[in-house]
Amino acid sequence: MRSIRIGSGAGYSGDRIEPAVELAEKGDIQYLVFECLGERTVALAQRARLKNPDDGFDPLLEARMRAVLPACAANGIRIVTNMGAANPWAAARKTAQIAASLGLPRLKIAAVTGDDVLEACRNRDLPLIEIDGTLKTLGNRVVSANAYLGAEPMAAALRAGADIVITGRASDPALFLAPMVEAFGWPMDDWDRLGRGTVAGHLLECAGQVTGGYFADPGFKDVAGLSRLGFPIGEVGEDGGLVITKVAGSGGEVSARSCKEQLLYEVHDPARYMQPDVVADFSRVTVEEIGPDRVRVSGGRGQPRPDTLKISVGYVDGYIGEGQMSYAGPGAEARARLALEIVRERLKLTKVEVGEWRFDLIGIDALHGARRSQGGAPYEVRLRVAGRTETLAEAVRIGDEVETLYTNGPAGGGGAFKSARDIVAVASVLLARELVAPQVRFVEA
Amino acid sequence: MVKLRDIAHSRTGDKGNISNISVIAFDARDYPLLRAQVTAARVKAHFEGIVFGEVVRYELPNIAALNFVLDQALGGGVTRSLALDAHGKSLSSALLDLEIELPPDHDRGSA
Repeated sequence: MRSIRIGSGAGYSGDRIEPAVELAEKGDIQYLVFECLGERTVALAQRARLKNPDDGFDPLLEARMRAVLPACAANGIRIVTNMGAANPWAAARKTAQIAASLGLPRLKIAAVTGDDVLEACRNRDLPLIEIDGTLKTLGNRVVSANAYLGAEPMAAALRAGADIVITGRASDPALFLAPMVEAFGWPMDDWDRLGRGTVAGHLLECAGQVTGGYFADPGFKDVAGLSRLGFPIGEVGEDGGLVITKVAGSGGEVSARSCKEQLLYEVHDPARYMQPDVVADFSRVTVEEIGPDRVRVSGGRGQPRPDTLKISVGYVDGYIGEGQMSYAGPGAEARARLALEIVRERLKLTKVEVGEWRFDLIGIDALHGARRSQGGAPYEVRLRVAGRTETLAEAVRIGDEVETLYTNGPAGGGGAFKSARDIVAVASVLLARELVAPQVRFVEA
Repeated sequence: MVKLRDIAHSRTGDKGNISNISVIAFDARDYPLLRAQVTAARVKAHFEGIVFGEVVRYELPNIAALNFVLDQALGGGVTRSLALDAHGKSLSSALLDLEIELPPDHDRGSA
């Protein structure tokens, strides 16, 4: 039976770069996928594109491509990535320049566009999912709307001979499903195969999270070699059978337990994992260790795809101002609490309008509230004040007021930090799939 | 009495204002213990003050795991939350602090 090996070269936009080079050089892979596009990254990239029409793609595109292209070209490895962000076409042209500068001018580079559905959404008052309200309630604060595309346009680009496929918003598992659809010619209504391919894509999409990253707990779950964690390889058969593994000698572990954790990561109903190409069913998946760092994953299924596509809507949501300061030694907690009260009072006295507040003591109650504090006087405490404001000036005031604790607050406050940032938040709507028209375009050599 | 951490591991994921937390038995023979004691109601009570919506539990006997879906759990959503841990990534560690009663004939060590 035919099979392919797909490497996962990044699990988020800022991920480590060398593990992908290791995969390209030693992984014996045919495809290398980079998943680099977070929920709100498209919205931020959209604003970059508005300032400069040649920008709006992933800021690490050049560093990643320069690092992996020589080995990928030498070993015939084809790349699929969503590093196009808000501007896949500009990213494709940029990649062509990089390839030429590396002496690799023959690489065929394709951009997948059409995920931008801002215009289609503007005229429709679609209900928001996950939070209350409709698109209209966000009004003119909306800055972007991008559909999660499926595997088809990426697979079409691969079929047309692309060595590198650059997309914008696409479902993360679909980046992995595309090479399977292309290599095996899976029909797009073979729901069980698409479901199994989605299991594979889901396990691979966060890169190191299935090979021992985001996992270690000393004494309970010990993992060796996290500083040189190996990224995963999926061996997929034409029936959708899957083995997860990694490059021999790299750090981390591929085990039944590491695969189980990742299988459920960001999953709600495991029997209905909604994707643009299929509703995948993880509920009867089994995992089996079949060798060192080799896990067989079986039992994925699928049901017909939904009629709608999920749309990620970016909108401007005011500003967040923040300030932090540390206290230590005897009475650290009491001085930090006094400092919080001073800041609270000062912001009221100086009439800073804040819609929502956080007053945290890091080390005591910042993550899960005071109820879980394990008692005992902490040696050091860091206060943190954060607030949501309508204007940047007011957000700046929050951090400034924390900083004035240096000379006006309790004794021994040190290590002030402040920030003020504008917030682009993300909401989701569902849009009929026939309103979304993906396109594939090749960079001319 | 042991901590959930002694018999299970856990990972948190986030989507919008919804958190999901898996609870996976180290030893599949402990799955019935998880099913019996780590109920949706208990998880909801454990996260009082953090989770404001419904808690739904899904069962995955093939991998000896439970999956909890916690609505209104992330300060309005990851992208706009004021929280230090906006993703709620640390929630799995809070859940592993739950106490579990072992039956008298339970002879397996922890992880």
